[in-house]
Amino acid sequence: MNKIFETPIYAYKHSPDQDASTPVRHKVIVVGAGPVGLAAAIDLAQQGVEVLVLDDNDKVSFGSRAICFAKRPLDILDRLGCGQPMVDKGVLWNQGKVFFDDREVYGFDLLPEKGHRRPAFINLQQYYFEEYLVNRVRELEAEGAPIEIRGRNKVSAVGTHPEHVVLEVDTPDGSYNIEADWVIACDGANSPMRRMMGLDFVGRVFEDNFLIADVIMDADFPTERWFWFDPPFNRGQSALLHKQPDNVWRIDLQLGWDIDKEREKRPENVIPRLKEMLGDEVEFELEWVSIYTFQCRRMEQFRHGRVVFAGDSAHQVSPFGARGANSGIQDTDNLCWKLKLVMDGKAPEALLDSYDTERVHGADENILNSTRSTDFITPKSEVSRLIRDAVLDLAEHYEFARPLVNSGRLSVPCTYDGSPLNSADALGGPARTRPGSACPDAPLGDAFLLSKLGDGFTLMTIDADAPDEIEEDGIVVKRLALSVKDDPTYELKRRYLGDNDSAVYLIRPDQHVAARRPGFDDNQFRHAIRRATGKE
Amino acid sequence: MAELILTPNLDAPDDFYADLLATHETLDKVESDALNARLILVLANHIGDRDVLTQALAAAAPKEDTQ
Ligand SMILES: Cc1cc2nc3c(=O)[nH]c(=O)nc-3n(C[C@H](O)[C@H](O)[C@H](O)COP(=O)(O)OP(=O)(O)OC[C@H]3O[C@@H](n4cnc5c(N)ncnc54)[C@H](O)[C@@H]3O)c2cc1C
Repeated sequence: MNKIFETPIYAYKHSPDQDASTPVRHKVIVVGAGPVGLAAAIDLAQQGVEVLVLDDNDKVSFGSRAICFAKRPLDILDRLGCGQPMVDKGVLWNQGKVFFDDREVYGFDLLPEKGHRRPAFINLQQYYFEEYLVNRVRELEAEGAPIEIRGRNKVSAVGTHPEHVVLEVDTPDGSYNIEADWVIACDGANSPMRRMMGLDFVGRVFEDNFLIADVIMDADFPTERWFWFDPPFNRGQSALLHKQPDNVWRIDLQLGWDIDKEREKRPENVIPRLKEMLGDEVEFELEWVSIYTFQCRRMEQFRHGRVVFAGDSAHQVSPFGARGANSGIQDTDNLCWKLKLVMDGKAPEALLDSYDTERVHGADENILNSTRSTDFITPKSEVSRLIRDAVLDLAEHYEFARPLVNSGRLSVPCTYDGSPLNSADALGGPARTRPGSACPDAPLGDAFLLSKLGDGFTLMTIDADAPDEIEEDGIVVKRLALSVKDDPTYELKRRYLGDNDSAVYLIRPDQHVAARRPGFDDNQFRHAIRRATGKE
Repeated sequence: MAELILTPNLDAPDDFYADLLATHETLDKVESDALNARLILVLANHIGDRDVLTQALAAAAPKEDTQ
C-alpha cells in the first residue's frame, strides 16, 4: 500500500494563536486543504496576501477520487508554479474505445489541437495532485511568502460580521477562536461551513450507485479510456477502465439503485466481478474499493458577505466528465485576483459579486453537462433506453452517431458570456477568444503565450501600437507586444486575429479576455479596465 | 430560419408508406421500436438543421386541446 496516505504532510503543531488572550486576526483564512483550498492559498500567497489554511485532517485525500485533470486547470497550475510535476507524473492519453454489449463499437482519438503547452488531459491520482500543491506551499514558505497550513484544525463554529468572520477551531489541544477579514470555504461537498451558516444546497441526487475500484496490475491494456455500455460482465449497467500512474487502474462499475452497499464492497464480491471484466489470467491487487452515490447540486449563491464558497462546497457534480476538481480550481482562479484588488482597496466589493455571477454560470454549465452524461449512461425510462441503444447500435456502423454517444463530456473552460466585466466585442475576431473566454494557448517560437501572461492585467497587442503600461485608478496594466511573425505556425493569428490584421486584447489576471479591439484606444481601454474591475 | 415542410413533399406517398411497413414486416415489437429509434436518428442527422428539428419535434408532439 502506498505510504502517501498514511504520512501526515501538514502535521499538527501548536500555534501561538491558541494561547492569545484575544483572537488573532488574519487577512484570509481558507477552510479546507483539498485541491481547491490549496490552490486558493497558493494563488493568494503568491500575490503577497497573508493566508492561513485550516484542515481537520493532516494527510492527502483518502481513497478513490479525482484522476482526470484537464488543460485549463493545468494552465492555472502553471501560473501557480506547480504544473510541471503534475504533467511529469501524470499519464497522457488521447485515445479511447466504446463497447456496447459484447462488442467494440468504435475507437476514438481526441486529436488534441497543436500549439498548446499542456495536453488536453492527464490522469493523476488526487493524492499526488494534493501532494504537489503542498510541495508548492512549502516552497513559498521557504521563500518567505505569508502562507501557513494548520493540520488537525477543525472549524466547529462560525460567526459572521459585516467586516470580519470569527471561527472556532478544534485541535488536539482543545479549541481556540481566530478571526479573518475574509474566509474562503473550501471544505468539500459536505461543507460544515455551509451547514453551520444554514445555507441551502439543492439539486438532484441520481438514484444510482457506483463501485469505484483502484487496482494495481501489470496488464498490457493500452493507455486508453475504455467505456462499456451494458457489458456481459455488468448487465444493464456501465463500466469504465482508465489508467493512472504507477500501474494503478481506475475501474467504475455501475451497480444500480437497490443494492446492499456493504455486501457489494466486500473483496469476495468485488474480485469475481473484476475478473470477469479483466479476464481470468490478469493478476491484480485492490488499492481501494468504495461505493458512491452521485449528486448534481449547487448553492444558490457562492458569496455570503465575507465568506466565499469555492469547489465542492459550492457545487457538486457527478464525476462523468471530470468536472469537480477541474472546476473548483477555476473558481479560485476567478476569485483570488478579485479578492486581492478588493483587499487592497483598488476595486469595490461589488467586484466579488462577479465571482458569483461567473462561477454560478460555470457551475450550471458543469451540472448541465454531467446531468446529460448521466442521463445517457443511466437511461431513466424505457424510451430513453431505446433511443440510447439506437445511438450505440448506429455508432458501430455510421460515424454520424458517434458524437451523440455521451460517456462523459470532458471538462473545457467556461466562457463568461454576458459577464458584467466584459466590454462589447469591438474586434469581431475568432469566437473562441471573444470577451469572457479563457485565452487559448498559442506557440511563440520556443515559448508559449500563456506563460507570458503573469498574475496581473495584460494588454496584449498583436501588430498594434500601445503604451508599455497604463494605470487606471490603481490598476496597472502591462503590455505584451506580439506580432503574428512570432508564431510561424500562424496559430496566434488563427486564434486571436482571424481575418483582422491587428488586435489589442485586455486580459484579466485569470487569463480571461475582458475586451478586444482592432487597435489601441486610450479612452476605450480605460473604460474596459474600469468595467473589468467592477467600477462601471 | 429554415422552415419545416408541412405540406405534401413525398413523390410517391403510397410507395414510401409501403416501404416503411415492409421494413418492419418481420420484426417483433421490440425490434420495431428499436428500428424506429434508429430511423429517427438517421433522418435527424440528414436534416442537420437544429431549427427544423425543433419544429419537427413540436409538430410531432401530442397536440394540446385548443379551447
Ligand atoms: C470517484 C470520484 C472520481 C472523481 N473524479 C474526478 C476527476 O476525474 N476529475 C475531477 O476534476 N474531479 C473528480 N472528482 C471530484 C473531486 O474529487 C472533487 O471535486 C475535489 O476533491 C473537490 O475539492 P475540494 O477542495 O473542493 O474539496 P475536498 O477535496 O473534499 O476537500 C475538502 C477539505 O476540507 C476539509 N474539511 C472539511 N471540513 C472541515 C472543517 N470543519 N474544518 C477544517 N477543514 C475541513 C477536509 O478535510 C478536506 O481536506 C471525483 C470524485 C470522486 C468521488
